Amino acid sequence: MFHFLEVFGEFITRSVGLDLDSHWGEALTFFIYDTLKIIIMLSIMIFLISYLRSYINPTKLKKVISKVSGLGGHILASIFGIVTPFCSCSSVPMFIAFVEAGIPVGVTLSFLITSPIVNEAAFAILLASFGWKIAVIYVICGLVVGIVGGIVIGLFKPRKWVEPYVFEMKFGNSAEEQFSSQNDRLKWSIDQVKDIVGRVWYFVLIGIGIGAVIHGWVPDGALANIAGSDNPFSVIVAVIVGIPLYSNALGTIPIAEALINKGVGIGTALAFMMSVTALSLPECIILKKVIKPKLIAIFIATTGIGIILVGYVFNLLF
Amino acid sequence: MIIKVLGTGCSKCKKLEQETIKAVKETGIEATIEKVTELKDIMEYGVMMTPALVIDEKVVSSGRLIYSKEIIKLIKG
Repeated sequence: MFHFLEVFGEFITRSVGLDLDSHWGEALTFFIYDTLKIIIMLSIMIFLISYLRSYINPTKLKKVISKVSGLGGHILASIFGIVTPFCSCSSVPMFIAFVEAGIPVGVTLSFLITSPIVNEAAFAILLASFGWKIAVIYVICGLVVGIVGGIVIGLFKPRKWVEPYVFEMKFGNSAEEQFSSQNDRLKWSIDQVKDIVGRVWYFVLIGIGIGAVIHGWVPDGALANIAGSDNPFSVIVAVIVGIPLYSNALGTIPIAEALINKGVGIGTALAFMMSVTALSLPECIILKKVIKPKLIAIFIATTGIGIILVGYVFNLLF
Repeated sequence: MIIKVLGTGCSKCKKLEQETIKAVKETGIEATIEKVTELKDIMEYGVMMTPALVIDEKVVSSGRLIYSKEIIKLIKG
């Protein structure tokens, strides 16, 4: 899909006088190619999703979810998690808004699990790095982890672990129309591209830089023994290592891409990515405002196990 | 005119406050800008996603960072 960028990368590498087959040559070509590919994909995806998002009214969606019970509620909440922006500072207001609307805590957690795992930026980079098939399966896995995770947590009757003040919150009525014209929506979508690319580009560049080094120096297949799909513990270790990490997940994707080329199982790499995004220390600290530590522990355990299973499924499939 | 910036203190909320200050300066109107950081108070406005902007007790924007140009339109509108 991006062959011309590869040609361009090789052209630049040759122009600066490097041999394409040398370590530096390989690393530089990879760096140029990957950077351009990811930035282009990122911009397109953010634009499309932002435009779509401009039609979504969270207050209305909350009402719809509160009317659907059982499995349907979990599915809707998870899908809603995909289209909401990935800013962890909104998780608490969202949590309270959901609970106040009578949405079960388990369903609310379906939303909270999926929301950080699946977002347009991660999707765009996966698409650029691994192609359609894996990007789509990643989204489906993120949904499934959220849906099943929320259902499992729901079995514990988690209402008792919600801070009592949450139930006393009164939620006002606001039905403001966000956009007045098509022009507004388009302008906002472009602003979003600038804003998000502006915020994440250096994480991505650092990730690509590390990826490029791996690409140029680590021998092919060198990591297959340690972290290949045949090693049964690799996924578990990757997820446990990823839980406390809070990096901008987007930077980990190019690293994952390079590692996979060197023999790391794709499930292992994706599970690592998911655990970095879905579970993080700052997120837990924010959530502590509304739920008790016990529920946070169940939340981490359930999501962690879900991600580990996803990792194994991927390793089996690819 | 009373303008309130709703947000618990994330970077987007801070940016929205700066943009609001800029917008008020540019229009030259008399306005006080208040920051609302208490969750309970934010909830009362029915805001699910922060940051949000409230002009004279009416929520005019939520869940997104808007820039001074747009804020000026909202102030005048």
